[in-house]
Amino acid sequence: MAAHNFKHALFCAFITLLISYPILGFNLEAQGINITITGADTTTILGVLLAAVVVFLFQLFRDQIMGRVGDLTSLTAGKHKEPMAENRRAKIESWVLTGIVILALFWPFFMSRGAVDLATLVLIYIMLALGLNVVVGLAGLLDLGYVAFYAVGAYTFALLSQYLGVSFWFALPIGALLAATFGLVLGFPVLRLRGDYLAIVTLGFGEIIRILLNNWTNLTGGPNGIGGIPDPTLFGMEFGRRVKEEGNTSFHETFGIAYSGEHKVIFLYLIALVLAVFTALVIRRFMRMPVGRAWEALREDEIAARSLGLSRTAVKLSAFTIGAFFAGFAGTVFASKQGFISPESFVFLESAIILAIVVLGGMGSQIGVVLAAIAVTILPELAREFSEYRMLIFGAAMVLMMVWRPQGLMPMRRIHIELKKQE
Amino acid sequence: MQDLLYFSQQLINGLTIGSTYALIAIGYTMVYGIIGMINFAHGEIYMIGAYTALIAITGLASLGVVWLPLILIVALVCAMIVSSSMGWAVERVAYRPVRGRHRLIPLISAIGMSIFLQNYVHLAQGSRNIGFPALIEGGFTFGSDGAFQMSLSYMQITIFITTLICMTALSLFIARSRTGRACRAVSQDLGMANLLGIDTNRIISATFVIGAALAAVAGLLLGMYYGSVDPLFGFIAGLKAFTAAVLGGIGSIPGAMLGGLILGVSESMTSGYLSGEYKDVVSFGLLILILLFKPTGLLGKPEVEKI
Repeated sequence: MAAHNFKHALFCAFITLLISYPILGFNLEAQGINITITGADTTTILGVLLAAVVVFLFQLFRDQIMGRVGDLTSLTAGKHKEPMAENRRAKIESWVLTGIVILALFWPFFMSRGAVDLATLVLIYIMLALGLNVVVGLAGLLDLGYVAFYAVGAYTFALLSQYLGVSFWFALPIGALLAATFGLVLGFPVLRLRGDYLAIVTLGFGEIIRILLNNWTNLTGGPNGIGGIPDPTLFGMEFGRRVKEEGNTSFHETFGIAYSGEHKVIFLYLIALVLAVFTALVIRRFMRMPVGRAWEALREDEIAARSLGLSRTAVKLSAFTIGAFFAGFAGTVFASKQGFISPESFVFLESAIILAIVVLGGMGSQIGVVLAAIAVTILPELAREFSEYRMLIFGAAMVLMMVWRPQGLMPMRRIHIELKKQE
Repeated sequence: MQDLLYFSQQLINGLTIGSTYALIAIGYTMVYGIIGMINFAHGEIYMIGAYTALIAITGLASLGVVWLPLILIVALVCAMIVSSSMGWAVERVAYRPVRGRHRLIPLISAIGMSIFLQNYVHLAQGSRNIGFPALIEGGFTFGSDGAFQMSLSYMQITIFITTLICMTALSLFIARSRTGRACRAVSQDLGMANLLGIDTNRIISATFVIGAALAAVAGLLLGMYYGSVDPLFGFIAGLKAFTAAVLGGIGSIPGAMLGGLILGVSESMTSGYLSGEYKDVVSFGLLILILLFKPTGLLGKPEVEKI
């Protein structure tokens, strides 16, 4: 056994060297037409060697290490707590959530402009992740082209405002409904496909939409995007220094306060907050409704669910459409926040980030998804020097999460009764 | 005559690209045939193969080696070794622990791996595209001067011949060798093969290694053909190859070859007669249509859902 372990460990270490040294150990540099190659600095090479040694030692003592880790987890798992009574838990939960929302309402007035701006972005991601959570977490449909619906929402607002001068508040429902229609139309033919085929087809749709936006230059401006998207107004009051549109007044003049650029940022944040809370509440209701139960039933066992009379297409389509609707919502807010959109904001990576949020948070769990959205958006901002490692860490986190904790950080809890073990 | 020449040119271009898609598609189709998962990171393994080949070529050039066949063979061998180690490691780290769980879990793990590998190369080698030296230059031209001339470059011929050799070797390997027989057995029934004393874990690893080695060949060929590589190089090519695998019928090796060729030709016809910008739209559209109307592909077997 020991000899076998040693050989295996040596092999693993060798493979580690083989996959890391050629890529990390040499740097290609293009100088004009010629390419030169240089060896990497010593720290990188030492790092590669260190990695190989770590792999070697881990594989050599794998059984002992895994045994130790297993003991630790079984210890913590052994401390079973009697769960709180369901109605009491729900009451506490709703109070805590209300408190957080109220805090979030007043929080921006004491913060810097950059922080509020970032918070708006977090809220947009929360909306997106909550929407995708319906599709992936509850209905179990892996949608890799989710960003397409986000793009539909954003471009709807941008185009409507550019060509027809439609304001944010009109564009918001239109964008969301149009995205939902896209979801319905695209979903109808593809939803009969099995899980992994569906993933690829949605990915293809996402790419097609992006390519169309990129090449339909007459309408969308192609890679240059669309700029000058108006800010939202508050009952006809604009937040700019001067009023742009006839008949509107400006916010700071109406209330007789000095003009400040922060008003607009805070206003956008509040809109995003209200919409995010709205999204969360609506989806929460859906989860408790028969259709929500049907999503989960179909996810757990399609054949059983169908034999109980659920229409596969209708149930899946409803999840897909609702998910697309909220992506459209988020897209409109995003377009308004940025003031400028281009196809570059809607690449596959964006879909992957939203998916990573849902997966890390725990598929199906709303609180988990919200926390994950906050973490995924804010952590790279806090550690700016590591920001280029962001996607690397994302990828690794997705893999590790699937290996160790596929249910996510805060898995969804269901009301259930556990059978008592027979003594 | 002009039209015929133009058409043959598109056909040749399409077959060139298509045969490399087929090489990548083999990796998808073999893995799917055996464990029923989409190896999303396969495109990245192909990209790593291209990078390794480029590093080997540049390294040899800086050592002063000028004999072309030696350079190509060393680059090919290096790329195949590094890519297949990568394939082995990826299976070991990201797929084996989640095997047999719910369908979505290996898929998400594979997407994570794909993002990880993309950024790994991005951080190590920078995000800009790097020029790939054109080692094989020249070719035949047909047609009169002043009008459209059809060209068949030596590079294209190299691609055809290499692909042909790889495909023949693979077919022989699958049909004749002990491991190949075991591969077929495992893809028919994993549990039963296990009971009959086949080391299924070893066979699954072998599948990943073979797929990765073929992807590395494609990486070297396409890198030279396109003339540049960048870390995102694998993503679209991987999608295309997956489309090819589905088109031919996923799980079927001849299907992957056929699918690759059809996809390559339809793509080059689109860019030749319509517009180059929409060729990706056409291939994704093709994928969607096939999945909708004939999910088993051209040569695939229908999958029966059992309770």
